[in-house]
Amino acid sequence: MVTTISLTHYMVLSALLFGIGLFGVLAKRNAIAVLICIELMLNAVNINLVAISKYITPTLFTGQLFAIFVITVAAAEVGVGLAIIIAIYRNRVSVNLDDFDWLKW
Amino acid sequence: MVEFAMYHAWLVPLLPALAFLAIVFLTRPWPMLSALVAVAGIVGAFVVSAFAAYGVFTNPEFTEKPLVYAVRWFSMPGMQIDVGVQLDPVSAMMIFMVSMVASLIFIYAIGYMKGDPGFSVFFSYVSLFAASMLLLAISSNLLEMFVAWELVGLCSYLLIGFYSHKISAREAAKKAFITCRIADFGLLLGLLSLQIIFGTLNLVELSEKIAHFEQYTTFGVLTLIAVLVFIGPIGKSGQFPLHVWLPDAMEGPTPVSALIHAATMVVAGVYLVARTMFLFHEVPGAMELVAITGGFTALFAATIAVTQREIKRILAYSTVSQIGYMMLALGVGSMTASLFHMWTHAFFKALMFLGAGSVLHALHHKADVWEMGGLIKKMPITGWTFVIGGLAIAGIPPFAGFWSKDEILAVTLDSGHYVLFVMAAFTAFLTAFYMWRLIFLTFFGEENPENHPHESPPVMTLPLIGLAILSAVGGLVGTPWAPLWSEWIFYGHPHHAEPNYWVMIGSIVLAAAGIYLAYQLYCADKTKARAKALAERYNHIYTILYNKYYIDEIYLWFNHTIIDGAARLFYLFDIYVVDGIIVNGLGALTCLFGEGLRVSNTGRLQNYALVFFLGVLAVVVLLAFTGPSSASLTVGGVK
Repeated sequence: MVTTISLTHYMVLSALLFGIGLFGVLAKRNAIAVLICIELMLNAVNINLVAISKYITPTLFTGQLFAIFVITVAAAEVGVGLAIIIAIYRNRVSVNLDDFDWLKW
Repeated sequence: MVEFAMYHAWLVPLLPALAFLAIVFLTRPWPMLSALVAVAGIVGAFVVSAFAAYGVFTNPEFTEKPLVYAVRWFSMPGMQIDVGVQLDPVSAMMIFMVSMVASLIFIYAIGYMKGDPGFSVFFSYVSLFAASMLLLAISSNLLEMFVAWELVGLCSYLLIGFYSHKISAREAAKKAFITCRIADFGLLLGLLSLQIIFGTLNLVELSEKIAHFEQYTTFGVLTLIAVLVFIGPIGKSGQFPLHVWLPDAMEGPTPVSALIHAATMVVAGVYLVARTMFLFHEVPGAMELVAITGGFTALFAATIAVTQREIKRILAYSTVSQIGYMMLALGVGSMTASLFHMWTHAFFKALMFLGAGSVLHALHHKADVWEMGGLIKKMPITGWTFVIGGLAIAGIPPFAGFWSKDEILAVTLDSGHYVLFVMAAFTAFLTAFYMWRLIFLTFFGEENPENHPHESPPVMTLPLIGLAILSAVGGLVGTPWAPLWSEWIFYGHPHHAEPNYWVMIGSIVLAAAGIYLAYQLYCADKTKARAKALAERYNHIYTILYNKYYIDEIYLWFNHTIIDGAARLFYLFDIYVVDGIIVNGLGALTCLFGEGLRVSNTGRLQNYALVFFLGVLAVVVLLAFTGPSSASLTVGGVK
């Protein structure tokens, strides 16, 4: 039985990826790993955008366009994020998020 | 000139006010110049008011329709307040009397206050006082009058406390001010009610409107207003139960006592009631209150005066008593008699106060009459003028007091207030007795070898002579046979009492009896043994009278227990309820919440992100499981 890949498949994949990314963001201790997980979540969204665009409005490229934007912004975000992590590391000699709890009373 | 004075009557209060300003800002370093400025101001006011009074008393139409001119002071919707001048026989008489007596007292004060470090300041105060009093007399508007009324109160405070290095003077000044403030509160409430109900405070308009008060308000409210208005005069004129400040006010320099507490300020209350007679006339209940207050105060103060020892204190209680007479006359409906007594009383009481000042001056402020004696030999002018004053106040014809007191007794009897009549008649006897007790003890009998009296300088004795002449003949304007006074000064219709010979003879007999009794006790009896024996025998009564019925002590007790107790209660309430529960309690509650909530603030980004995620999840679940209507509501209408 030949099954064609439907929109649902894409969305399930996207949801899984997003869930994995979210889990990583909430659970990982390593700041770099958290950044990577954020990338995962962003790309899950990208898959969604492109898939929905492809299946629902095939003549328009809105979703693809958005995906490009997201990739661009993600690149910038990673740049800033890594810079912050490096700055913190220089002060604290650690990338463990558990050590970064000084933003409290 | 007469025309000019009548249409520029605002000069009367203005001239002393200018003198006040000139002394304060210009001439203060030069005492004599300051005194001259003050005297010039008040004499100028006297000249203007004399011409204005002449103008009024030669034109009978002013008894019907007063001469009023005013400028707008301020206005807002529903309230226009003018400040102006109302000249009619009553106000013309008042400014004439006040400025005349004040002029004499100012001149006297030059001698009395000589060498005082506050000489200039004294004259600035008395000038301001005279200005306020004349403004009060001439006002065409009750608010304007109230302002002057308060200014008078302020000046009395300043002048009573003039010797501010003396604790007793400071205390007396405060007492006077506070007592008058209590009373002024009633007056203010009354005036506000008048403004609210009748929409005007102008005397002429108000008298027209109150004549038809049914259109505006009920009888009960009007009675309440009259009683409230009367509370002001109770305080200012030293009527029972707010008379306590007046005897203490004798702490001020003697010219002040004469000016404020004889001739002018204390009669302001009488004048106010006379001015608002149209109000009291409509409410017989308030009139009764005025009459009873007056009659009671007259007797009450006279009994106290019988036992007092300080010369000025006796005079002070005498003043309270005499003002009681004036109130009594007002209350029984005779403005004529009341203001007539005010007129004569101003002369003889100012005379006696100034005489007492002359005595104190000579004896270096030794005030106890029991330590004086025989002063008339060394101080003949002071002594004999004082005797004239004593004859006048006792009511011996033809001196001024006889005519006015007789008129009051006659109208009281005519109006059918028999109890009040008996009280007033007995007061007349007491008046003669205590005043002649004072005179015999002070001026006659044996000299006290410790005293070295000397007659005062002419600048002090000349005003005494002037006032003595006025005390002697001032009453002749209102004798029953030539009733000039009652043709001009009246409320409603000129009312002239037929000479009541029984009352006349009776009052002469009472006065003579009082004087004779005083003579027997305090003059004929050299050792005063009988007087002392009497005091000993009726020790209880004597002590009560000497301590002024313990009114001061009752007030003190009331203050210390009731008022202070209530204050302590409120203090505890404030500390424990307001501060404790409400203020600190709210603060503590907020702290508690903060303590609890700070635990949630971990500082860990991932915790925050988790909360954020759960929030989003909640929104999604909400959108998914509630109907499309609420979903569309939440996100804003997705088709």
